[in-house]
Amino acid sequence: MAANPMYQFNVYRIGPEIKLGEIDLSFTNASLFMVLSALTVLIIFKLGSKKNIIIPNKIQLLAELSYSFISKMISDTAGTKAKPYFSFIFSLFMFVLFCNMLGMIPYSFTVTSHIIVTFVLAAFIFIGVTIIGFLKHGLGYLKLFVPSGVPIVLLPLIVVIEIISYLSRPISLSVRLFANMMAGHTMMKVFGGFVVSLGIVGGWLPLSFSVALTGLEILVAFLQAYVFAILTCIYLNDALNLHH
Amino acid sequence: MFIKKTLFSIISYCALIKTALSAESGGMPQLDPEFWFSQIFWLVFTFGLLFLILSKFILPNISSNLENRKSQILENIEKAEAQRQESDDKIKEFDKIIYESKVHAKNILNEAKKKISEDINNKKKLLEDEINSEIKAVENEINELRKRSPETINQIAISTSSDLLRQLIGADVNQSNISAIVEDLSKKEKGKYYGV
Repeated sequence: MAANPMYQFNVYRIGPEIKLGEIDLSFTNASLFMVLSALTVLIIFKLGSKKNIIIPNKIQLLAELSYSFISKMISDTAGTKAKPYFSFIFSLFMFVLFCNMLGMIPYSFTVTSHIIVTFVLAAFIFIGVTIIGFLKHGLGYLKLFVPSGVPIVLLPLIVVIEIISYLSRPISLSVRLFANMMAGHTMMKVFGGFVVSLGIVGGWLPLSFSVALTGLEILVAFLQAYVFAILTCIYLNDALNLHH
Repeated sequence: MFIKKTLFSIISYCALIKTALSAESGGMPQLDPEFWFSQIFWLVFTFGLLFLILSKFILPNISSNLENRKSQILENIEKAEAQRQESDDKIKEFDKIIYESKVHAKNILNEAKKKISEDINNKKKLLEDEINSEIKAVENEINELRKRSPETINQIAISTSSDLLRQLIGADVNQSNISAIVEDLSKKEKGKYYGV
């Protein structure tokens, strides 16, 4: 059973079954790693923001560098109008990043490798951004689907394409993260299985692949969190500064 | 016969695929909706809590820390600039003082030189005057003596000639006659006696 590369994505109950009416809200290994990720973020940033000192120590430097990194990313992609959404994008990036990174620990569980988790995040962003867009521009937000400088003949086609691409945003956003995480972890598991099955003689090649893949996966873990956050910023930019 | 064979093979393939799929134990666990609501609930709960705590308590702290540091650095730079300005001013002032004192010292030196040379000149003049007056006095005396000497010589000549005449002749000769002769002689022979 453990040799199955998909086994690592199994969700199982930890502790008693919690039911709210018909809905099962039990604490699972996924919940555990969500809590752990959130706690890690909170601990690191709590320690990094504790003292008000002029020359920062290492953990404070980490917190402040992350702060300015996200802040710069938001102002670069969505402009100064996106400042009120800084906290949300910061939390989003950190949560996804730490879920991805904690997933890299052997025998741990990768929260973001589940489509339902990434889809809920993406759907929340999509709905939020759409609401912000309509609140800021009213029905004028629909101009987003009508790019300027397009011949009238092509316009019906372009509008349809734009609407489809807009509606597919939550799907592309969630599937991108989920598929990257799942594929990477599956591949690592497969190569790990090869190491065991090929034994001491032939196992070295897949082992070296495994080592390389670990590095790659850490990069992907960071990159996907970054992509998730920056795409959120870009969607937010569309809603805040309507100039398509 | 042929149809039967192909049908059999298709059925057996289907069976193979079916067993292969069931060996995957239902494929991806991600698509099993058993724990979907649990995951959504815990996601909303943990992420919501994370967002609340970060945005209410932690991020404002970091932001204020960064602001404080920025303003402090700016303040320090300003202070440093002010101090640099001050030290520049001080250096200028110092240079000025040194220049002024140099000028002052030069002035004092010049004055002292002037005074000394004046003093020397004065003393020289005084000395020269003294010497000149002395020379003048001596010259006067000499002149006086020179002026008086023909008279004295004449008188001596008159008295000696009268004495001589008395002894030679034994009678007094008229003084005025003798003096006339002597004066006449002395006038004639002036160059001979005085080297004038």
